[in-house]
Amino acid sequence: MKELEYPFDVEYLIKNKKKIKKELLLKPGLIEKKIAILGGSTTSEIKNMLEIFLLNYGIKPSFYESEYNKYYEDAMFGNPELDEFDPDIIYIHTTNRNIINYPTMLDDETVINDMLEKEYQKYEKIWETLNAKFNAVIIQNNFEYPFYRLLGNKDASNIHGKINFITRLNQKFYDYANQHKNFFINDINYVSSCYGLDKWANQFYWHMYKYAMEVPAIPYLAYNLAHIIKSIYGKNKKAFVLDLDNTLWGGIVGDDGVENLAIGPEVPSGQVYLEFQKYLKEYKDLGIILNINSKNDYENAIAGLNHPAGLLKPEDFIIIKANWNPKNLNTKDIAEELNLGADSFVFVDDNPAERQIVKSYVDGISTPEIDAPENYIRIIDHNGYFEMTNFSEEDLKKNELYKDNAKRSQMMSTFDNYEDYLHSLEMKAEIDTFKPIYLERISQLSNKSNQFNLTTHRYSLADIEEVNNDDNCIKLYGKLEDIFGDNGVITVVIGTIKNKVELHIDLWIMSCRVLKRNMEFAMMDELVKRAKERNIESIYGYYYPTLKNKMVKDFYDIQGFGLLSEDEEGNKIYKLDISKGYINKNNVIEVRKNE
Amino acid sequence: MSKEEIYERLNKVFQDIFDDESITVNENTTSDDIEDWDSLEHINLVVAVEQEFGMKFNMNEVTTMKNVGEMVDIILSRISK
Repeated sequence: MKELEYPFDVEYLIKNKKKIKKELLLKPGLIEKKIAILGGSTTSEIKNMLEIFLLNYGIKPSFYESEYNKYYEDAMFGNPELDEFDPDIIYIHTTNRNIINYPTMLDDETVINDMLEKEYQKYEKIWETLNAKFNAVIIQNNFEYPFYRLLGNKDASNIHGKINFITRLNQKFYDYANQHKNFFINDINYVSSCYGLDKWANQFYWHMYKYAMEVPAIPYLAYNLAHIIKSIYGKNKKAFVLDLDNTLWGGIVGDDGVENLAIGPEVPSGQVYLEFQKYLKEYKDLGIILNINSKNDYENAIAGLNHPAGLLKPEDFIIIKANWNPKNLNTKDIAEELNLGADSFVFVDDNPAERQIVKSYVDGISTPEIDAPENYIRIIDHNGYFEMTNFSEEDLKKNELYKDNAKRSQMMSTFDNYEDYLHSLEMKAEIDTFKPIYLERISQLSNKSNQFNLTTHRYSLADIEEVNNDDNCIKLYGKLEDIFGDNGVITVVIGTIKNKVELHIDLWIMSCRVLKRNMEFAMMDELVKRAKERNIESIYGYYYPTLKNKMVKDFYDIQGFGLLSEDEEGNKIYKLDISKGYINKNNVIEVRKNE
Repeated sequence: MSKEEIYERLNKVFQDIFDDESITVNENTTSDDIEDWDSLEHINLVVAVEQEFGMKFNMNEVTTMKNVGEMVDIILSRISK
């Protein structure tokens, strides 16, 4: 919904949130999550705004809200209502209003250091207590700056200053965040700066209603928080689809000629596009995939991208569509060729008409409302499309992986027989029970995989850690490499043993990067082998249809299971008897264990 | 802006905020007359009214305002300046 993307109309959101909520609740495929808000000030409107932003991301939240300023009591001493609620996410909404002791000019350094440690320890105890009790992700506000400075500019550098104290306290929060994986900082210090601290800290709202920021600022706070939550549940964007003329450079390459484009350091209009190219290149280095969708002759597009002053070159893009087809069709083709859902894309085009057609025909795509080129970066940035929560090594390699895939497709066309092609790839797989170093990637994969996903169960890192410690589970990951490169961890199977002789498959997922490589058969062979070692007699498979996983609706039939039941919604239960033998299916991948 | 116009625009704000198109406010309307009008929703109402009329209530006004009639008087005095 366009109204819920930055830049938004706060007045509209405050007035219409109930209508918006009703409309969004009709969306199919919402995932339900339980969010506990532990507040050090009023949180009612924060909850309301967070709710509509999350619904827009496909997440349907239910809430527990602590009584006014009872965040500490709820966390430290427990509360039956909170216990029963059993949150997936705990959001601790504290602000500088909750800092109890600030240094005075009479305090010496030791006293101030003690004070800092004491203030910090209060929070660390809260996090540790919640962590021991709940299997939940914790999101903690850092502190915004105070709205006055007793020492003036020295408030920042002098240890007696409140700004100095808050800066040091924030740093301690970050140190904790860097050492704990299921813990995230909601950076209200940054959000309040962007909003404008004087407005943010409007005293009226504190003294009237005990809101720690003015009510019109709340959508910005809630949006920022929603970015973290949607990222945890795998709703980040993965790729850009970019226009060229007046988006990546000023001017129209076909009309003006390459030499007359505005790009490069000489003139202001060239600088602004160069900076935008630099921003996109930084994303590419983070593993975000860049593609082109431009109404241009192909030769002109390439000539423009080879402009000596430009930073982005043709090889920085995975797919370049430069033709005269409607942009919605090009976008769909790009999605298909990359095997990514259309909702994984951000479409950047200076032309509102092109944005409109793409938005209307490509479901779930984001089309930021960019206006002047000097605003492109801010508008894209503030939408948090690529919020980094669980960042894995795999992400950095993503562009290479997609490039390798393009080479594989080329090679495939030289073989008549598909199995010959598979053999020629010289595939080697590593299949083994979960290893600590892979848990983060496994959780990420469970949240990102939509198409090759039999049950669409999502696992946070905390959930995966729980599975890893459960001896009653058989849990396998698979890595695959071939002559073109290493794909990393691309498939996961989790099964639970019941009644001693039954294995029920809770999760079977695979990255679409490795479709049709027979990796699923290698996984099945290994699963059966390990099931037999545990004296399992039969394996039960489940298929729950979603809008996106039709690809695997006959997966268990292909694996040789028998159908036990199918209900009206298409949910299917399968069974495979392995007590009387099983014949391995994979003969193209060499499988080994982790050494 | 006339009092009638203010009531007309105010009505729309009330209808939006409480998501109820049957609401009609008059000078005697108080929070007792509208089911969802609690102290938390009151804040949102005040913000929405301020944005609608491009004015701000001060703290004293928000705490002493007794009914919609008094709200309209404040709006009127503020925007006629």
